[in-house]
Amino acid sequence: MRGRWTFAAGLCTVAIVLPLLWAVLASVTPEERLFTNTSLVPRGLVLDHYRALFAGRDFWTPIRNSLIVAGTTTLLSVALGAVSAYALARLDFRGKTPALAFVLAVSMFPQISIVSPLFLLLRELRLLNTYGGLVLPYLTFSMPLAIWLLVGFFRQLPADLEDAAMVDGASRIRTLWEIVLPLARPALATTAILTFLYSWNEFLFALSFTLGPERYTVPVAIALFRGQYQVPWGEILAGAVVATLPVAVIVFAAQRRIIAGLTSGAVKG
Amino acid sequence: MKDAREERLGWALAFPALGLVALIAVFPVLWTFWESLHLDDLRMPWLGRPFVGWDNYVEVATDARFWSALGRTATFAIVTVALELTGGLVLALMLDRIVRARGIVRTIVILPWAIPTVVAALVWRFIFESPGGLATAALTQLGVAAPTWFAGEFAAWVPLVLADVWKTVPFVALLLLAGLQNIDRSLYEAADVDGAGPWQQFINITLPLLKPALLVAALFRALDAFRVFDVVYVMTGGGPGTATETVAIYTFSTLLQHLRFGYGSALSVIGFALAFAFALGALRLFGAGALRSRDA
Repeated sequence: MRGRWTFAAGLCTVAIVLPLLWAVLASVTPEERLFTNTSLVPRGLVLDHYRALFAGRDFWTPIRNSLIVAGTTTLLSVALGAVSAYALARLDFRGKTPALAFVLAVSMFPQISIVSPLFLLLRELRLLNTYGGLVLPYLTFSMPLAIWLLVGFFRQLPADLEDAAMVDGASRIRTLWEIVLPLARPALATTAILTFLYSWNEFLFALSFTLGPERYTVPVAIALFRGQYQVPWGEILAGAVVATLPVAVIVFAAQRRIIAGLTSGAVKG
Repeated sequence: MKDAREERLGWALAFPALGLVALIAVFPVLWTFWESLHLDDLRMPWLGRPFVGWDNYVEVATDARFWSALGRTATFAIVTVALELTGGLVLALMLDRIVRARGIVRTIVILPWAIPTVVAALVWRFIFESPGGLATAALTQLGVAAPTWFAGEFAAWVPLVLADVWKTVPFVALLLLAGLQNIDRSLYEAADVDGAGPWQQFINITLPLLKPALLVAALFRALDAFRVFDVVYVMTGGGPGTATETVAIYTFSTLLQHLRFGYGSALSVIGFALAFAFALGALRLFGAGALRSRDA
């Protein structure tokens, strides 16, 4: 019985990963064989597409843009979100429950419904096609995510330690800084990983608020690759592989944390 | 022990993040509504930005392209959510039962969820891109004539749905797996003693106890499917013609390709209202308890 389940699960796992392997293989297949080679056995592999990607298309620029935007978004969300989540989880003040409901509601917003005012606002502030013009919109999904995850974590933390520190005369803020945040390091890491993944993968805002290749993020850049005569599939798939690499590294390194974070808070897919 | 100092400190700490979210998420929603009451065509700035009342909404009501997009989006949501819940449940049951190589299997299983949607869409488009793509070749080898996927009004949906399901089944499976692992194993042992077979156990124990997790997954997936954008934009761009155009795609092209900001804002408001009404309706129907159970 167990053997059959294991076999089925193994088969499913292979089926799930197959399209990705196929893409990796295609990204090192010469252009002329891309649509004729339907074998998974690699032969005559080339790195031409990767060379073209970095030499011809300057793929470093979107990578840098994505790192800056996703990194800044992550830092801001985790820092501001942690302080806010601590207050929402531990302090007693009026309007706390509506505030939490508000955070949850915002996390369910359809992004498209705020594209038009954000575009007009960013245009007014001359922030279109800038890093700031992406980080600000990104906070609309990353901040609720960070707050929601961290509130859940702070609530699970035993209150004894804080109480002891406060009996000793430490202020709330000192307690937060010296006792709670060090204890929260794993949760902060999980939150940072998830906000980074969401920001790295984001497409609609980046497509709407960047105007040229110099500010494209990685997903926008590969989605808008154009060839002179035909779709440059080799380079597109090489770009897709490069876009996936950091994600794959994070997933392999932090699988447990990601799953724990995903299943603990109200996280969208 | 609600004292004034704690009250002030609470707000002082919570406010920066909450205020920022209100400023960049809630204020824009109100602005979208205000904008939707105007004629604002960025290609024709000389027209100014006159207040037109409900005109844009009247136009939406008679806009056949919007209604078809809405119908397609709803169908897409129903089909994908049904497939994803079924597939996710099967995958979760398998993951729950395997004993060896759990870590590596889970790592591989969450990969599709973790990669950018744009990447998933491009990979699946490559697999289906006619005429030499892998999907077509595989069908031909089986002796079945494959359609020119992205040229057919119906056929174009196949790669779209497949890519979305592939990307999302793992996420649903993980949610359900967490639910499965919360089920008390002694229930199954008792059922074994009573002579209940695996199918009976599944129907009478697993499914009822998994209901909250299934409802939460369905709610979140339905909301996501309703705003589907990335997959469609990358794979078909809404084509051929407007055969795969969803509400989000239509809204986006009205705003940023045709620059009709007044009308596009009306479309945005309607999309927002529909999503909100759906979420509220689901919560009322299933109770907020379903959502809270995720904290456990």
